[in-house]
Amino acid sequence: MPIIKVENLVKRYGSLTAVDGISFEVEEGTIFGFLGPNGAGKTTTINVLCTLISATSGKAFINGHDCEKEPSTVRKSIGIVFQDTTLDKDLTAYENLLFHAYLYGVKKSEIKTRVHDALNFVDLYDRRDDLVKKYSGGMKRRLEVARGLIHRPRVLFLDEPTLGLDPQSRANLWGVITEMPKKHNVTIFMTTHYMEEAEVCDKIAIIDSGKIIAEGSPDELKKIIGGDVISLKTRDNKWSQKEIKKLFNIDAEDKEGELYLTSNKGDACIPELIRGLGDMVLSVKLQRPTINDVFLKLTGKAIRDEDVSGMSNIKEEVRAYRRRH
Amino acid sequence: MEFNAVYVLVAREFKKFVRERSRLVSAIARPLIWLFLVGAGMSRLVSPTGGVSYTQFIFPGILGMTILFSSIFSSISIIWDKEFGFFKEILAAPVSRLSIVIGKGLSGTVVSTIQAAIVLLLFPVLGLKLGLVQIIAVLIIAIAVSFCISTFGILLATFYENYESFSVIMNFIVMPMFFLSGAMYPVKLLPKPLALATKLNPLTYGVDAFKNVIFPAEEGPMSADFSLATDMTVILILSFAFVVIAARLFERKK
Ligand SMILES: Nc1ncnc2c1ncn2[C@@H]1O[C@H](COP(=O)(O)OP(=O)(O)OP(=O)(O)O)[C@@H](O)[C@H]1O
Ligand SMILES: [Mg+2]
Repeated sequence: MPIIKVENLVKRYGSLTAVDGISFEVEEGTIFGFLGPNGAGKTTTINVLCTLISATSGKAFINGHDCEKEPSTVRKSIGIVFQDTTLDKDLTAYENLLFHAYLYGVKKSEIKTRVHDALNFVDLYDRRDDLVKKYSGGMKRRLEVARGLIHRPRVLFLDEPTLGLDPQSRANLWGVITEMPKKHNVTIFMTTHYMEEAEVCDKIAIIDSGKIIAEGSPDELKKIIGGDVISLKTRDNKWSQKEIKKLFNIDAEDKEGELYLTSNKGDACIPELIRGLGDMVLSVKLQRPTINDVFLKLTGKAIRDEDVSGMSNIKEEVRAYRRRH
Repeated sequence: MEFNAVYVLVAREFKKFVRERSRLVSAIARPLIWLFLVGAGMSRLVSPTGGVSYTQFIFPGILGMTILFSSIFSSISIIWDKEFGFFKEILAAPVSRLSIVIGKGLSGTVVSTIQAAIVLLLFPVLGLKLGLVQIIAVLIIAIAVSFCISTFGILLATFYENYESFSVIMNFIVMPMFFLSGAMYPVKLLPKPLALATKLNPLTYGVDAFKNVIFPAEEGPMSADFSLATDMTVILILSFAFVVIAARLFERKK
């Protein structure tokens, strides 16, 4: 039996359809990646699965329990790391975990060991008595992951767990996440926009405008591309496109200022391209297909602009500033 | 209802209360200012007939004010928690909304009652004579009033999503509640419309209950306006109503 099962899920906000009839299943003990651009409906889907909002129609089950009809059972079997942090910054890390343990009704005799283990797992034991407001972004994220595990959930939801972290903290947290299914016997449902993270997922679903447009293992998805990807920067994309069509009978796609084409033998293709286009070519790149290419091909846009994380940082700062004054 | 959740919500509030010195200091300073600056000044103007001086008269009101501010402040912190995300941690837990309301209500009750107890220590300074039974009665009333006002605060907090609303709540709800509670002047001396507003204010009954216990023998204009039984009945019924409504409002999913 799949641990998560979603059937024809629809969520409307007034006239806006945030989630538009999606269905998927997640097998126990796997890492499931949910990819999509801003506003695709990822968080909305998680909110329905976590019983925080009701679906407009369709069904969602966690471990066989209906998210709408048995919210309490579902809540007990899931842990959540929300997109925006939900720690109490005026409490210490230890107190945040203690709070969680009590809130989820962990047996009194077990609370201490579980909190200690969780802190050790994310390597924050030495900083346990610091107020969370003194933590860095990466430490906060790790603490939230640890907190999500305290009550031993069957499924852990991670909504953009690594967003806005520097590469080192990201790698650190990513290490923690990938060892969880084995170590803690938990299924991971995560959203991310870092493609190298998506590559590690056992299964990926790509969602755009509320619809799942592709689903499968990273390798299966890459087959959609059908070969190596060559990206070209040229002086005149329009002219080059026509020229490529004429010379090689290949349709090159113009995406965000670069030309993309696929070929079974990418390395052999490059010299011919340069011979054909001459000094129109500014630069050439050859790539094995990545999930990002799949994404580009299916949605016509890169998964997310980097400055989005910048924006959410600014939002945090403004909030923090306002709070201080 | 989940007692573990109720317990941990109260424990969190208590921890923060003890940690935030400024909150404690202002909680103690405010009543002192009112008693000794406003009260002492006003008693030059107002010299009531009967055995109760003006400074003594406002003492129950100052107890009420202490409870009002700290209970509302405690409950309104829900708006902060919403703004900073922590409330989601609570809402996503396998815990009934009733437990959350009760837990939050008792959080306010604990910190308010502690502060009211500290203010109560001033009674000898004001020349009041209270017996042990009176002191215990005042504390019991303080618990009931604190719970009532805290749950009222939770109800308020369900209507606001961000803390810009804080000053709105303070200026348009809390301050009028204080002035229209019989804290500064007897309800029976107010003009009709004001008297009506005062009777609709939950705090009025708390202040009046304190007056009943602190000035049991007083019969002049400074005496209590309602019977102690009326006061307590109103407070308990309102508390119950606030809890039920707030739990309902939290239950609503979008
Ligand atoms: N409470 C709400 N009321 C109205 N519209 C909403 C609400 N929550 C989400 N939406 C809309 O639903 C759509 C999907 O939002 P959602 O938060 O699920 O996107 P997302 O995939 O998580 O995006 P991001 O990558 O930016 O987090 C968006 O258009 C959003 O504006
Ligand atoms: Mg999101």
